[in-house]
Amino acid sequence: MKRVLLFVALLPLAAYADDLRPLHAAPPAFQAECGSCHVAFPPQLMIADDWRRVMSSLDKHYGDNAGLDEKTRQTLEDFHVRHAGGRKVGAGRTAQAGEPPRLTQTDWFQREHRKVSRTDWTHEKVKTPANCAACHTKAAEGSYREREIVMPDGRRWKD
Amino acid sequence: MKSAIVILAGLCAATVQAATPADLLTGYHTAAAQQTAGFQPSAQRGAAFHTRNFGVSAKLASCASCHTDNPAQAGRHVVTDKPIKPLAPAANAERLTDPAKVEKWFKRNCTEVVGRECSAAEKADYIAYVTGGR
Repeated sequence: MKRVLLFVALLPLAAYADDLRPLHAAPPAFQAECGSCHVAFPPQLMIADDWRRVMSSLDKHYGDNAGLDEKTRQTLEDFHVRHAGGRKVGAGRTAQAGEPPRLTQTDWFQREHRKVSRTDWTHEKVKTPANCAACHTKAAEGSYREREIVMPDGRRWKD
Repeated sequence: MKSAIVILAGLCAATVQAATPADLLTGYHTAAAQQTAGFQPSAQRGAAFHTRNFGVSAKLASCASCHTDNPAQAGRHVVTDKPIKPLAPAANAERLTDPAKVEKWFKRNCTEVVGRECSAAEKADYIAYVTGGR
């Protein structure tokens, strides 16, 4: 029995090994509210606790006031928590993600981007590591496949 | 003042129904005229407002910081670099058709750039400006 439980507990980790897939079940407010000033970041990129912290301080959202009415806020918080990433992105690494939590500071994000050069990060078209769409050409649609990557200088990504 | 609130509340409640930019202008015009008798929206004042440096936010100094000097042009968020569709309904038919959305962005952007919420008169001027002075 114990073994079965362990197996079930590990299932979400296995699922996470896939690419980030766009979330078709997203409430309409997800694109409208989370995707108006920046790309609507996939909820899988941070753990539930980090999303709760982000969603409980929207009036002070990384220097901007992104306050929402309570109903919309709760809908979006629930959505993020439901689809939040598992241990692979950040459990136990919350401290490193800083306060407020930044998905660009999780070990997972850093590892995935370890081969990106400083020149690319500081390219004038990039501006911030949170500008996913600078290289992930379909980020706005929630798609982050490797073959869709075009680096800021126009070259294709080769791993 | 009370009727101004009623009109604005009416504007906000009308989310399901599509509005036209002209409806929005009329709403703010009426609200502003109730605060200042004889108020007339001015595209020229709206244009000056659009490029004014309010000195509140270093990065988001003016509306034009993200929306460019020309409302018919697409802009970019100066912090995140996200593309922003043109403000002018002539260049972006979606613009100024959802009163709740318009109120939401006036509230956010005015607080951020101007340092306070904008008045009905300022909003009327601004809409007169981005709709091309009509």
